[in-house]
Amino acid sequence: MDSKLNPRLQQALIEVISEGLPLVKRPYAEIAARLNCSEAEVIDGIRDITERGDLKRFGVVVRHRKLGYRANGMVVWDVPDTRVAEVGHCIGQYSFVTLCYQRPRRLPEWRYNLFSMIHGQDREAVIDQVAYIVKQCGLQGIEHEILFSKRCFKQRGASYLRNAGLTRPGLAVNE
Amino acid sequence: MRQFSKLEQRLLNEFQHGLPLTPEPYADIACQLGVYETTVLETLRRLQTEGVVSRIGAVFRPNRIGASTLAAMSIPEAELETVAEIVSSFSEVNHNYEREHHFNLWFVVVADDEDRLQSVLAEIEDYCGYPVLDLPLLNEYFIDLGFDLKWTQS
Repeated sequence: MDSKLNPRLQQALIEVISEGLPLVKRPYAEIAARLNCSEAEVIDGIRDITERGDLKRFGVVVRHRKLGYRANGMVVWDVPDTRVAEVGHCIGQYSFVTLCYQRPRRLPEWRYNLFSMIHGQDREAVIDQVAYIVKQCGLQGIEHEILFSKRCFKQRGASYLRNAGLTRPGLAVNE
Repeated sequence: MRQFSKLEQRLLNEFQHGLPLTPEPYADIACQLGVYETTVLETLRRLQTEGVVSRIGAVFRPNRIGASTLAAMSIPEAELETVAEIVSSFSEVNHNYEREHHFNLWFVVVADDEDRLQSVLAEIEDYCGYPVLDLPLLNEYFIDLGFDLKWTQS
């Protein structure tokens, strides 16, 4: 059966869950009161959104930097196109890898087509983890670079919902 | 970094995904952890106040709602701050980081649709006077089960 929710309510729910649930005994009931619907509609609606595959996850969102994971390296790899899926799945399986995406090359300026994000407690930890991946996934012949993050100029703030007449800050992607 | 109690560690590590979709989700978590619901709520509130937890909520998949891309620019050091400020001023720009590379400015752009996304990239190029690399996601090779926090013993 198709989603039983009306699109307006679904949009509103997307906004609410991207901002976070209230820390109260019955958070879904509180959201329901805010949105003028029933608690069951909120729960079913969130389940729909989850099952559609729009979410990476729904739960406690932690800030790595605050937990002592200060180093963040975006590791970019120049993988032969025929091996991207195989190498991507291999890299993506490790718990210290938080993202692994194929993106287009932009030659001649940019040769790398596989991007992975690695968090570590310091630079050395990230470098060690990259060395481990190279060994485990057999990437010895594959050119790669680690782009450590320096300053953070902005985090979050973009909104998908500007035109939907909703004013709250937007969704967090890629965190 | 402060020390985290066993309960805090478990709350941070084991509930990054699959928050219960039941009327009293924190009571369910408390039940799994063998503590009171009020303890779970108080602990999460404290972690949120400290900034360790940004929220209890959803992390969306890119490209599922609207259009998004990862963009990069190569900016002379002396101009980096000015350019970064212009880039950040766009409401469509999400994360904006300096990274150690010849391409030293990296940001995520999220727009309602592909047309708007492309016009934002063009505007950024115009305002800043430097070309933008547009690196949209083609494939994802990662199942996000949250981040496994390895606790230091010190």
